[in-house]
Amino acid sequence: MELILVNVIDGLVTGLLLFMLSAGLTLIFSMMGVLNFAHASFYMLGAYFAYQISLALGFWVGLLIAPLIVGVMGAGVERYGLRRVHQYGHVPELIFTFGLALLIEELVQFVWGKNQMAYDIPDILNFTAFSIAGNSIPAYKIFMIFISVGIFMGLLYVLTKTRVGMIIQAALSYPRTVEALGHNVPLIFMGVFGVGTALAGVAGVIAGPVLGTFPGMAFVLGSIVFVTIVIGGLGSLWGALVASLLIGWITTFAKSYNIAMSDILNGIGIATPENLSDNMFRDLWTVTSPQIADILPYILMVLILIFRPAGLFGKRES
Amino acid sequence: MNDQLKTDPSKPAQRMRAGSMTLTLGPWIVAAIALLVMPYIFTSNSALTIMNQMWITVVFALAYNMLLGQGGMLSFGHAVYMGLGGFFCMHLMNYIEDFGLAFPLPLLPLFGGLFGMGFAMIIGSFSTSGAGTRFAMISLGVGELIAACSVIIVAFFGGEEGISGDRTYGLPFFGVEFLKQIEVYYLISFWLMLSAVLMYLFSRTPVGRMANAVRDNPERAQFLGYSARWVRFYSFCASGFFCGIAGGLFAISYEILTEENLNATSSGVILLVTFLGGVGFFFGPIIGAIAFTLLQTVLSLQTELWAIYVGGLFLATVMFFPGGLAGLMMMHVPALRLGKAGGLVMPYIKTLIPGAIGVLGVCALIEMTFHFRHAAKGDHEMTLFWTTFDSHTVMPWLIAGIVAAVGLGVARATAPAMKEAWDEANTAGGAS
Repeated sequence: MELILVNVIDGLVTGLLLFMLSAGLTLIFSMMGVLNFAHASFYMLGAYFAYQISLALGFWVGLLIAPLIVGVMGAGVERYGLRRVHQYGHVPELIFTFGLALLIEELVQFVWGKNQMAYDIPDILNFTAFSIAGNSIPAYKIFMIFISVGIFMGLLYVLTKTRVGMIIQAALSYPRTVEALGHNVPLIFMGVFGVGTALAGVAGVIAGPVLGTFPGMAFVLGSIVFVTIVIGGLGSLWGALVASLLIGWITTFAKSYNIAMSDILNGIGIATPENLSDNMFRDLWTVTSPQIADILPYILMVLILIFRPAGLFGKRES
Repeated sequence: MNDQLKTDPSKPAQRMRAGSMTLTLGPWIVAAIALLVMPYIFTSNSALTIMNQMWITVVFALAYNMLLGQGGMLSFGHAVYMGLGGFFCMHLMNYIEDFGLAFPLPLLPLFGGLFGMGFAMIIGSFSTSGAGTRFAMISLGVGELIAACSVIIVAFFGGEEGISGDRTYGLPFFGVEFLKQIEVYYLISFWLMLSAVLMYLFSRTPVGRMANAVRDNPERAQFLGYSARWVRFYSFCASGFFCGIAGGLFAISYEILTEENLNATSSGVILLVTFLGGVGFFFGPIIGAIAFTLLQTVLSLQTELWAIYVGGLFLATVMFFPGGLAGLMMMHVPALRLGKAGGLVMPYIKTLIPGAIGVLGVCALIEMTFHFRHAAKGDHEMTLFWTTFDSHTVMPWLIAGIVAAVGLGVARATAPAMKEAWDEANTAGGAS
C-alpha cells in the first residue's frame, strides 16, 4: 500500500513534467496545425542554458532567465523560419522542425561536448521532505510538482479568464476574423510559439538536475511528448494533462512492479512450454513489465489511433 | 483544422510530370552504362564500398519517395520495413548455410521484399486510413515499437549485437560465389536497375497516378469513385516491398544487421536524403542519396562536425528550395527552352562563387572555435584547408572572419543582379 503511494507520487512528477512539454506543444499544434518536432530540443536548451547560468549566478536566476532566452529563441524560429516555410505547405513545415531538432542537438554537442553536465539540485532543496514507510521523498520532487501545477493554473487562468487569453483562443479558431477585428494575428502566433517553447524551457530547467543534462535528453523525451498529445487529442489542453498523467503512472507502475509475461500466460491457462530455450516464442515468455515499460506509451498510442483516431479528448476531424 | 499533408499542385516543382506507361529509354540506358562502367573508373575497394552503400540508399530513398513524393504520406518509421526485410534475409542466409540449401544468392532480396511487403500489409491495414498527422504518428509509433522490440525479442533480432551471416554459402550463381566486392557491386547494381525501373513504371500505372490524385485532393478522388484508403494502401505495400529489397541488399553487402538499421535515426536519415534530393521528381531521391552518401563519407573523413553542416544544409534546403536538388535543376528548364540560360552563367559566377567562399570562411570559423574549445590542452596546432596554424593566435581568426564577411558581402551585393538576370531569362521574347 505504501509502495503504491510512492509510485503515485513518482508517476505524478513524471506526468507533470511531460505535461509542461505537451501543453506548449498542443497549443502550438492547435495554432499552426503542425507538430513541432523541435519542441523537446527547446527543453534541452532550457536545461543547458540554466546549467550555464547556474554556474555564474546560481540555480534560481537560471530558473528565471533560461526559459526567457528559450522563449525568445522559439519566437525567433517562428518568425524567421516557420513563417517562411509555411507557404510551402504542411509537409515541409514538419520536415523543417525535424531538421531543426537535428541541428540543435548537433549545436549543443558542439558547444558543450558529448558528456553529461554537472547540473545539480540546489543545496537548499537537497533534503528529504518526508518518507513513506522507509521510502524517502526528496524535496525536489515536491518542488517540481508545485512548479508544474502552478504553471498549469497560470496557463488556465490566462487562457480562459483574461482578455489576452480570449484573443488567443479566438485567433486559434478563426484567425481571419480576429485579424479583421484589428488584432495582429501573426504576432499572436509568434507569442504563443514563444510561450510554448518557454514552457518547454522551464521543464528543461527543473528536469535537468534529475534526469541528467546530456545531448540525448531531447531524443529520449521527444517522441514520448508526441505520443502524449496524440493520445490526449491534438490541440486539447485537458487531453494533454490527462494523457501526461496516464503515461507517467503507467510507466512508473510498470517499472516498479515486476510482472512477468509467463505469469500472465499461466494465469489465463496457457502452460509454459517444456523446453523454453528452443521455443520460437521464448522471448515472449521471458518478457517482464519493466522491460516493456518504455514502449507501453507507443502501444497505447497505436491502439488509440486505431480505435479512437481523434484521441481521448480531441475533436472529431471534419 | 486542415492537417492533410499534401503538396501544392500549382507549384511546378511539386508537380509530377504527366506521362504514359512508356519508358523513355535514353536516361535508363545511360544510367545502366554508368552503373556498369563505374567500377572501372573508381577501382579502389573503399570506392566500391561507398558505391554499394550509395545504390542501396538509392533503392531505399526511391521506395520512400513512393510514399512521400507520390503519395503525400510522411512516414517517420520507414527504416523498419528495410530493416525487417534485411533481418529476414539474414535469417534466410543463415538457414541456407545451416541446411546446405541450393539457393542462389541473387534471389535473396526478392524474399526480403516479400517480407517487407507482408509487414507493410499488416501495418498499412490500419495506418493508411488517413494521410496526414495520423499516418505520421502511427508510423512513428510503430517504428519506435519495432526498434524497442529488437532489444527484447532476441530470437529474431539478435539483441544488442544484431545478427550476422555469410553470403558465400549459397548456390554459386553461374560460377560466381560473391567472395569479391565487385561481384556484390554488380548484384546490387542489377537490383537497383530492376527496382528503379519497376518503381518508375509503378508511378505510371493507374494506381500510381491515383496516388498522386489522392495526395493532391483525396476528396475529389473519392468523388471519382476511388477509395483513397485503398490507393494509399497499395502505395504503402509497394513501398514496403522495395524497402525490403533494399534491406536484402544491405544484408548481402554488410553481412550484419543490428538495431541501428531499424531505429528512428535511420528513419530520419532517409527522410533527409529524400527531401534533400527533391520529392517532386522521380529522380530526386537518386540525386539525394548520391549527394548525401558522398557528403557523409567524404565530409566525415575531413571533419568531426559534418553532422552540423549536413543539418544546416538540410534546413537551408527546406527553407529556400523546398523542391530539393532536383527541383533546383528543373527550375532551369524553362530558361533552357527559351534559349536564355547562357545569360545566367555570368551572374551565377558573380554571386555563387563569392557566396561559396564566404560559407567556407564561416566553416573555418566554426572549425577553429571547435578546436579552440575541445582540443587537448597544449595542442594549439590545427590543419585546415591544407594549412597548419596555431588556433590560439589572432591572425587566422582575422583572416577567416574577413574571408567570410567579404565573400558573403559580395554575394549579397550581387544577388539583386542575379535575380534580375533570372527574371529576364524566364521571360519570353524581349532582347536577344
